[in-house]
Amino acid sequence: MNFLSAIGRATLTFLEATGRLALFTLTALAHCLRPPFYFRHIGRQMVEIGYYSLPVVGLTAVFTGMVLALQSYSGFSRFSAESAIATVVVLSITRELGPVLAGLMVAGRIGAAMAAELGTMRVTEQVDALTTLSTNPYKYLVVPRLIAGTTMLPILVMVADIIGVFGGYLVAVYRLGFNASSYINNTWQYLEFMDVVSGLVKAAAFGFVISLMGCYHGYNSRGGAQGVGAATTNAVVSASILILVMNYLLTGIFFS
Amino acid sequence: MTMAPLELTQDMDVPKISLKGVKKAFGPKVVLDGVDLDIQRGESVVIIGGSGTGKSVLLKSILGILQPDAGSIRIDGEDTTHITGRDRERAMAKFGMLFQGAALFDSLPVWENVAFGLMQGQRVGRKEARERAVATLGAVGLGPDVANLSPSELSGGMQKRVGLARAICTNPEIIFFDEPTTGLDPIMADVINDLIVKCVKDLGATALSITHDMASARKIADRIAMLYKGKLIWVGPVSEIDNSGNAYVDQFIHGRAEGPIQMQIRAF
Repeated sequence: MNFLSAIGRATLTFLEATGRLALFTLTALAHCLRPPFYFRHIGRQMVEIGYYSLPVVGLTAVFTGMVLALQSYSGFSRFSAESAIATVVVLSITRELGPVLAGLMVAGRIGAAMAAELGTMRVTEQVDALTTLSTNPYKYLVVPRLIAGTTMLPILVMVADIIGVFGGYLVAVYRLGFNASSYINNTWQYLEFMDVVSGLVKAAAFGFVISLMGCYHGYNSRGGAQGVGAATTNAVVSASILILVMNYLLTGIFFS
Repeated sequence: MTMAPLELTQDMDVPKISLKGVKKAFGPKVVLDGVDLDIQRGESVVIIGGSGTGKSVLLKSILGILQPDAGSIRIDGEDTTHITGRDRERAMAKFGMLFQGAALFDSLPVWENVAFGLMQGQRVGRKEARERAVATLGAVGLGPDVANLSPSELSGGMQKRVGLARAICTNPEIIFFDEPTTGLDPIMADVINDLIVKCVKDLGATALSITHDMASARKIADRIAMLYKGKLIWVGPVSEIDNSGNAYVDQFIHGRAEGPIQMQIRAF
């Protein structure tokens, strides 16, 4: 019987958490559409997410592109298919690696920061203080982060795509001795509009999920420093897992 | 911007805050078990009680941060128990609150903290809001040089003063004080008490405080109510607190370990 009750309790906890997250999401989305809008805060969050994440996302992208070129060379050279390297690099980066790796890096950087900031504001009663100052905490804290996350991640991924392809180009031309113009030509040849767009749509979805998880776990954190720590961990872990799952689902929708 | 007063608000007979049978439980733990209390306009009521007796829950229920399970809360005769959205924001415009840990926004400088209600709630321009914030800081004994500091650069007593300035800057009709003297030395506590009395009197506001500091309660209260096990077991004027005839109140105000109130110690 203990076994059954454990299953029941786990199921109930799961359903409760799902319901609470759904309510949180719907409330936040409803507040996205209704004034007042805090444009200063949206701008500040955009700079925080978009601009300050550039170094880490750029570094990730350049090394990923470089490794892709090296690895595919060592594989493809066995059956003389070196000309496919440019295509492999650009398609892998724009379709999958750009959005997923940028998403995971931003989840670690921004998701954690959001959860820690909102969590600390919650446990030091700053969120309650907002309410007593006639300011809706959803509008003031959650909405700017959701908007900034959803709009900035596609831009970050666009930059990551370019830097990643450039990384592949560097290795191919300067290390593997490819002809520069034919490499660029090969890069463009099989790249389609849809490859880039699907990656950017994924990025927008990931940006939304990162901000949502950061805000949700921070907003609902309880119990002092330990609670804030747990909220930060949960925000990063749940955002990362959701990114990977959603990436599979979105790939299925776009390319099946 | 001031609210267009309802007809009821002009009626002096209607209590400013009226609680009827307010109940709140968290799971199996009953925190408020039917609280009745009327607070008149311009009156200062202090709720005393031990730690964990539900004082904060009561304040948060009145503010709408928590929803009571049963009972009604009326502000100026208007039932605010279950209002949300715009109506809630309109009702909140009457309130100011000083939080236990001051709860200053650490991402904003001191003056923006004080002017927050003006700029966000009442849409006052930044320049005018800053002037009013500096004036309010002056009213709580802080100079204009503090205005540009970050809250983390201030001592605990100064943070409490800034919190008080933030609570009164919008000229609220009702001010809540959550343990205003906790964590301060006795002299600074008395300074804060004096400021509270002065500010409440200057604004003509209605005040509701919660504390377990009896020196503070005696100084700022017109009436004292004692919360024990989710109920108000004694309500009376501050002058009668020493002759309450209530064993629980006597034990609390003299701070004795022996008496009818048994501290719940989990260890056994």
